[in-house]
Amino acid sequence: MVRFEDVWLRYRHADRAPEAEALRGISFEIEDGGFRWLTGPSGAGKTSLLKLIYLAEHPARGRIEILGSRAARITRREAALLRRRIGVVYQDFRLLPQLDAYDNVALPMRLARRSEAQVRADVDEILRWVGLAHRLHARPDELSGGEQQRIAIARAVVARPKLLVADEPTGNLDNEQAERLMLLITALNKLGTTVIVATHNTALVERYPFPRLSLEHGRLVHDG
Amino acid sequence: MMARRRGDLLGLRAALSDRLLPVLVGAMSFLAALAVGGALACATLAASWQGDTEAALTIQVPQPNDPDAANDGTRLAAVQRALAVNPDVQGEAIMSEAEMNRLIAPWLGSDAASLGLSLPAVITAQWEGEGSADELATQLQQASPGTLVKTGAIWAQRVAALTTSLQACALAVLLVVALVAAAVVAVATRSGLAQLRETIDTVHGLGALDSDIAGRFATRAIWLALGGSAGGTLLALPMLAWLAWLAAPFTGPARLGGFFNLPPALLVLVPLLPGMAALIGWVTAQLTVRGWLRHLP
Ligand SMILES: Nc1ncnc2c1ncn2[C@@H]1O[C@H](COP(=O)(O)OP(=O)(O)O)[C@@H](O)[C@H]1O
Ligand SMILES: [Mg+2]
Repeated sequence: MVRFEDVWLRYRHADRAPEAEALRGISFEIEDGGFRWLTGPSGAGKTSLLKLIYLAEHPARGRIEILGSRAARITRREAALLRRRIGVVYQDFRLLPQLDAYDNVALPMRLARRSEAQVRADVDEILRWVGLAHRLHARPDELSGGEQQRIAIARAVVARPKLLVADEPTGNLDNEQAERLMLLITALNKLGTTVIVATHNTALVERYPFPRLSLEHGRLVHDG
Repeated sequence: MMARRRGDLLGLRAALSDRLLPVLVGAMSFLAALAVGGALACATLAASWQGDTEAALTIQVPQPNDPDAANDGTRLAAVQRALAVNPDVQGEAIMSEAEMNRLIAPWLGSDAASLGLSLPAVITAQWEGEGSADELATQLQQASPGTLVKTGAIWAQRVAALTTSLQACALAVLLVVALVAAAVVAVATRSGLAQLRETIDTVHGLGALDSDIAGRFATRAIWLALGGSAGGTLLALPMLAWLAWLAAPFTGPARLGGFFNLPPALLVLVPLLPGMAALIGWVTAQLTVRGWLRHLP
């Protein structure tokens, strides 16, 4: 479950004017196994809201609960272990440039100290899913934007997270790839993963009519 | 192949390949080995000199042929009797007239007897008692007033003070060297962190524990410090052997023999230096990385 209660976010070093608040009084709840689109114009605060969910920022005010844990109440160690249960597709991918595609995707499993046999089986399977089984040994700088995005998606889901957070995951994909991605994400969702996807892609939102959270100027203007 | 990937999950080998770190740690270890060698040489020399000087006992008996206090023979005989029964005094010998003449000749000319001086008798001996020889001096003065007892204690004290200050210098050198080594590791680790900033951000976001990340840097620091230090220490060994060879005449053949016959304590302590360097590397890298990670949420 993901629950926000009157959450405010102000970036450090930002000036103190009210406009400097990236998020203002956000409250919502996503039930376990739920799916939400997160929409809104550029600069509305979508990435900021997702960062709070995947524990990359602390709110200035308010209460955040992620997968049963109060974000403000957990130790650094607990936060790290909680992050392992959250799959994240970053807007800018964040692949490690020194590792090839296989090792990038394997990273979350290796951090969780899974056996190499398990790593191999799961990484191979997920790379086939995203259609990059033939690009195992390519480094990120040898991959196209769309391929990098698919690797980032594979890395986010390989460890079967309880919560999947994706920031504009179809930004670099053509329609067919976006369609494949939605098949993967809805399959995971059906298996019980809670999903939240920020997107600009209105066509996709229309084709998959899940409930929608909508932001404008850091405020939640639509929930449902 | 897999094991290698696992081993270098973050690509640290490239980021912390800093050749400066092993070289500087090696130089520090070289200095540390010399300091340890110096301190040990001091201790060895001091022990041997101190033993010799401290044990030397000289007794002067003025008017040796006058009757003693108990009017029971000559004063010299009384002193000799007292020395003979004292278990702490060994190997007493009266200095012969020829030897006395040789000693005083530079001051009084070659035939002191002809000057009609009444020279004291001089007895040399070894003092093997635990404490000072003050009690012996009192006892001898009772038997023969004016008898002087001198031990090498004052010289022994001076040698001991010199040794202590030299060893304090060596210890200070070791401390400074350890601090510099730690600073070198801290700087190298910080530069590695800066280079890998995005990687660490990402891995942290994927749920790596602080201990995972710090451990990887620390392991890398151990190997770099160990390698550098082993090199520096090995380079110091010929230097130490040469110093031991120079010191050999002073410590006696029994203590230091051939060229590579370094004192056993040195052979134990010097190999510990790379271990110390590795420990310094590990601790410093751990602290540096953990401190840095505090900036991440
Ligand atoms: N790291 C940051 N520091 C300061 N301001 C930021 C930072 N990230 C985002 N912002 C600001 O917060 C607001 C929301 O940004 P963001 O969450 O990225 O919006 P979106 O993802 O909807 O485009 C914007 O005004 C942006 O300039
Ligand atoms: Mg964004």
